[in-house]
Amino acid sequence: MKSLAKQDTQPRPRLIVRLGVFLASHHILFSVICCSAGIIALFLLPSLAKNTYLSENALIPGSANPLFSTEDGIEANRFMKGIEAVAGDSIGGIDMANFIAQQIEDLGAEVCYHKFLPHSKHFHPLKFFTSMTNDMAIQPNGSDINFGINTIGIVRAPRGDGKEAIVLVTPYNSQRVQSNELLSLALGFSVFSLLSRAAWLSKDVVWLSADSQFGEYAAVSAWLNQYHNPVFLSHTVTLDTKMYGANHIYDGSSENKGFKTFKRAGTMAAALIFKIGETRRYGDRDSVMMYAEASNGQMPNLDLLNVIHYLAVHRQGFRVNVAAFSSLLSSAWLRVIAEIFHTLGSVLRKINPDWKLDIVVPDYVEGAANLANSIYNQALGVPTGSHGAFRDYQVDAVSLEFSPTFHVKNENAKSLFLLRGGRLIEGVVRSVNNLLEKFHQSFFLYFLTAPSKFISVGVYMIPFALLLAPLPIVAAALADGRNMEKTVDELIDDNKADGITDILQSKGGSWKWLQAAKVLFVIQLWAVLVSLIPYYITQIPDSTPLQSALIWIVLSVVILIALYVIFGSPYSAGVEWKLLKATMITSISIGLGLMSIINFATAQLGALIVIPMSLFSRPLKASGMSFLPRAVLLASNVAIAVLGFPPAMLLIMKGLSKGSWIGDIGDFWVWMEFLWEWSSATYLYIFLVHLPCWLLCIHVLLHPCHQPAEAKMKQE
Amino acid sequence: MAPPPPPAGRIVFLSFLLTAAVAAAGVASAAAPGQEEFTEELLLRPLPDRKALAHFHFRSSAPPADSVGRHHHLFPKAISQLVKKYHISELELSFSQGRWNYEQWGGFDPMSTSNAKPPGVELWAVFDLPLSEIDVTWKNLTHTLSGLFCASINFLESSTAFSAPRWGFKLNEGNLRYGALPREAVCTENLTPWLKLLPCRDKAGIASLLYRPSIYKGYYHSQKLKLRSSQSVGIILDQTLTVVLQPNTVSGKQLHSTRGQLQPNWSMRHLFNRKLSGKCLVSKSSKIFIEVDKGIADKINKTGSDLPWNNEFFKLSNYPDRLIKDLNELEVQSSSLYEYDVSQYSEEQPFDVGITWKLPLIWSCVPSPFHASRFLMGSGNERGSIALSFMSTNLHKQIFGSPNDCSIKAVIFQVVPWYVKVYYHSLEIFIDGNRKTISEVVDKIHVTPSEDKLLPGTLEMLLRFPCNMQSATLTLDFDKGFLHIDEYPPDANQGFDIPSALVSFPEFNSARSYPEIDASLGSPLIENFQEDSIVKSYTEALLVPLTTPDFSMPYNVITFTCTVLALYFGSLLNALRRRISEEERELKKTVTRHGLIRLWLAKLRGQKVDPMESGSSSELAGSKKLLFKVVFVAVAAVLFHYFSNNS
Repeated sequence: MKSLAKQDTQPRPRLIVRLGVFLASHHILFSVICCSAGIIALFLLPSLAKNTYLSENALIPGSANPLFSTEDGIEANRFMKGIEAVAGDSIGGIDMANFIAQQIEDLGAEVCYHKFLPHSKHFHPLKFFTSMTNDMAIQPNGSDINFGINTIGIVRAPRGDGKEAIVLVTPYNSQRVQSNELLSLALGFSVFSLLSRAAWLSKDVVWLSADSQFGEYAAVSAWLNQYHNPVFLSHTVTLDTKMYGANHIYDGSSENKGFKTFKRAGTMAAALIFKIGETRRYGDRDSVMMYAEASNGQMPNLDLLNVIHYLAVHRQGFRVNVAAFSSLLSSAWLRVIAEIFHTLGSVLRKINPDWKLDIVVPDYVEGAANLANSIYNQALGVPTGSHGAFRDYQVDAVSLEFSPTFHVKNENAKSLFLLRGGRLIEGVVRSVNNLLEKFHQSFFLYFLTAPSKFISVGVYMIPFALLLAPLPIVAAALADGRNMEKTVDELIDDNKADGITDILQSKGGSWKWLQAAKVLFVIQLWAVLVSLIPYYITQIPDSTPLQSALIWIVLSVVILIALYVIFGSPYSAGVEWKLLKATMITSISIGLGLMSIINFATAQLGALIVIPMSLFSRPLKASGMSFLPRAVLLASNVAIAVLGFPPAMLLIMKGLSKGSWIGDIGDFWVWMEFLWEWSSATYLYIFLVHLPCWLLCIHVLLHPCHQPAEAKMKQE
Repeated sequence: MAPPPPPAGRIVFLSFLLTAAVAAAGVASAAAPGQEEFTEELLLRPLPDRKALAHFHFRSSAPPADSVGRHHHLFPKAISQLVKKYHISELELSFSQGRWNYEQWGGFDPMSTSNAKPPGVELWAVFDLPLSEIDVTWKNLTHTLSGLFCASINFLESSTAFSAPRWGFKLNEGNLRYGALPREAVCTENLTPWLKLLPCRDKAGIASLLYRPSIYKGYYHSQKLKLRSSQSVGIILDQTLTVVLQPNTVSGKQLHSTRGQLQPNWSMRHLFNRKLSGKCLVSKSSKIFIEVDKGIADKINKTGSDLPWNNEFFKLSNYPDRLIKDLNELEVQSSSLYEYDVSQYSEEQPFDVGITWKLPLIWSCVPSPFHASRFLMGSGNERGSIALSFMSTNLHKQIFGSPNDCSIKAVIFQVVPWYVKVYYHSLEIFIDGNRKTISEVVDKIHVTPSEDKLLPGTLEMLLRFPCNMQSATLTLDFDKGFLHIDEYPPDANQGFDIPSALVSFPEFNSARSYPEIDASLGSPLIENFQEDSIVKSYTEALLVPLTTPDFSMPYNVITFTCTVLALYFGSLLNALRRRISEEERELKKTVTRHGLIRLWLAKLRGQKVDPMESGSSSELAGSKKLLFKVVFVAVAAVLFHYFSNNS
């Protein structure tokens, strides 16, 4: 009755508080509903995708008749024959660069070479995001024999002011010449030659034939680096002559000394990278593959993709594709889900004709496969091509990979293909050329489910928000519920004690979370140290990935033990598991929230693993449940904890994608190396959010649940 | 566009009469310089990159004001009023489109130093006024010119747009103002008012060649108006139009490759799509020049051809009236001018001159001592650097021989808008890849730092480069400022411009000397060529992308702020007007009545709902009933909707 009296004297809590308390009291139900809703919403995304549309009117793609004619196709063939002859004779790539430069010069355009070294990627833990752009350009110096040569041609717009430029890139490997790469060079040249005669240009056009012997990305990013962050402190003038092949380039041409100086056009407006892939024998139409994902899930403006898609499909009759997870296309379970959504959608549509969720099954499956690939590529944070290098300098860029269907010997089909490809590129250049402002109209945050369908940020945030919603509630419920239990316990225990001690004790109890926060702090500290270790491991010369990975793991364990020795083990301090879980959930919600700003896709995929892991976690020894639910919970706990361990996750992903289940711990090292080389924020996510969460989960699982009893004993 | 041809007989008579009159006028002008005069000239020049340059030059001059009063016969009244009102002693206004190609089209001749202008509008004026009145006069002048030339020159009115260089641009006593609008688009609407200043407009004379589609199709287009006024000579108005055109080749389309090909043949009719039918009748002289560069002239001299207009390289379609040779300091012929007088041509016998090439010829124009270019470094919206690079063209070797201890002076003049906050202390100079201290290279520097929303930054710098230097780079770091919301252009933008910098080489003079002709009788165009002018070149205009806020943001901010304020004031008012004691009384009254929420609350506090309490169970049942009713109605509604849609 005392409690009732107390209740009566207390004023009624406010509505918002009451709502919170209500949710907290039903936190299990709430979190189950929210999580399942989140996952269902994620699966609904393909049917929520909207058709793309051109939102920038100035682009007006396809409004002008293309000028690229058969003569330009003949020009491309002439170039192709010439460069084939040169490539056959040449030893290094210098002759090819020379040939391209000569051709550009004959057009009356400006030309220059850019020499670069393969960029040795280093792990800079302290300037993680900035290392890509703020690296100073590396100039080849005298001791290096092995260097790449990019050839750059610049058309100055006849009446333009030269403040902006459009960049076209054709990568080719100068060391191992392939006919399809030569064809893409020829296509690039014929477009460039057309543009050099175009009177309508208002932006300069830069054609970069990138020497991809060290990889496309390396060549393009080296050029961009030299363009934006040149180094003037160098000895190029004296050292050029020492270089292998240098006099080969500048042989007896005092007029051509201009080739040496690096030439620039204005601020880059957009970039288009195109290459011609292997010719396919099958397939009805030539197709174009669009790659757009840059580092850390950045995407180019959707309008650029729209222009390309519009011109390719509606003007030039290409089939446009985006990369997809092909394994999903044939999966039965996805088909079942598609069927369910289809029937549900058709029912819903009858209720309200405006709800267009009844997407047909093949579309759904294809959309889901594309979407999965889109999310995966964005989540990985590694660019899917050399367009990523442009995005690092805030330039919108797309890679196009043509896959023609003609036979190599079929000259007619080839020239027709060149004609259409040339017109497509001309059209894109023309559209971008029309633009008087930066790309700003359309979306920057989107997933693609088809070349012409997208999911904007407003829609794809819903599943993530639903997944994230229960976290604060559960954390509050756990922290508060523990208190409440305690007060109730205490009330029952010492009825006779007066109110003052009661309040004091409950106040003392409310500071218990500090212990849990300390555990969290120690584990976060450990995670930071673990994420920094690779920097020192990479300094060890001649180590295999397996060795490095083992050193990493051993060092991590040693550090963890050392930290526990210094700060005390979490169990010795007597932290209750509910508090520990509450702290963990809080830290996860903060971590995921931050990550969703940096790279949404990573946060989205991470939430799918981390949130069930954290919500389900419960000490193995905890009692208070009947056998069956406890066994289920226990099994799922163990399963998720195994799944949540990053190397295990990698192994499973590899198994799913490639079908080989034999994992090597060295692979994990290689994978992590891959992530930090590309400055992917996913690396930070895995080590600063995911790993601490996983370790805390393990702590919760292994929690010896006798602390409260002991505490009680002490109190008594 | 041409006026209908008058009857033939009359025209002969008229032309005779007018020629006589003009001849008389010419004689009169030679006798008494107090007459208003107008001359028209056109210079054509083949360029090494298969293009052709056309330079129109019109000069109107008026004697000192007190000798003629305020009425004019030929001289445009608008200009003379302008000069009188604003006390202008010198003014130059240029509208340009495209960039002058200093590498291909030359950087050391009078054409490039005085007629190559930065893209957009450039205006400078020297006032004959006390220093305190100049800024106000400048503002009025910009508005007047803006009205006269249908251009947004009035944007130069704001103090953030113009500057007062002391010596970097032109030596003066603080009475010069300089402003540039790199973004101004130039089109026929600017040309028409410019033509209106000519006595014959474009109806007769050389100006009738200005067929708009041809001259706006070119690669470079710069129209200029230059005024000089003084008590002794009166007002001299020079109007020039410089265009670089691409002559059509015979096949009607351009060739793909330039290697080993003949230069395209062209004639005036080809270039302008117009024929020249006589001169503007009020003009004192009307001449057409064809200039060939030193590169060609040398080759002709080597072959020693007798007929200078028909040699083994090219042939001019008409026999020139005169050949004028330019001699440089070393008394070596550099370029030659073929002069044609068009005053004897008429509508029936139109004048056309062209050039026909016989041999493929490759030559190059004389470059300026250093090729200057400017670019931005860095990326992102926060900061960056401006770099100015100089590449030696090794011209000094040709001029000075090759002494190693000499040095070349270069003057840089640069105006930077205030939102590009340049840190002038961060100036770094690299010569041939080595960092140099400032004192080693900079002789004299004058910086006017920018003030936010008030003054642009101005940099005037005199540098001294060693002669054997191959390349030099100057870098200056800057931060990008934030603009006020109303300073952004109304629409989405591509970024903000930094106007072109001017690099001049005071030790090099591009003046031509024509010792064969008499300076006083010569044409104004040649007079201009003979004037001392130091070699100058403009760099590119730059585009700085600034942080552009999402302009729908204010709306979002307003909504968010209002929500927060509403919540805050709501809870504050609630806390203020709440009377706890009364509420407790109310609570006690209603304690027996358990609502649904109260029940839930009680439940989640772990209290058992007292089943003995009266009415509570019945209320619970009642609320359940209510819930059931609501669900039933909802299901019924959905079903109804479903079936009604089905049918």
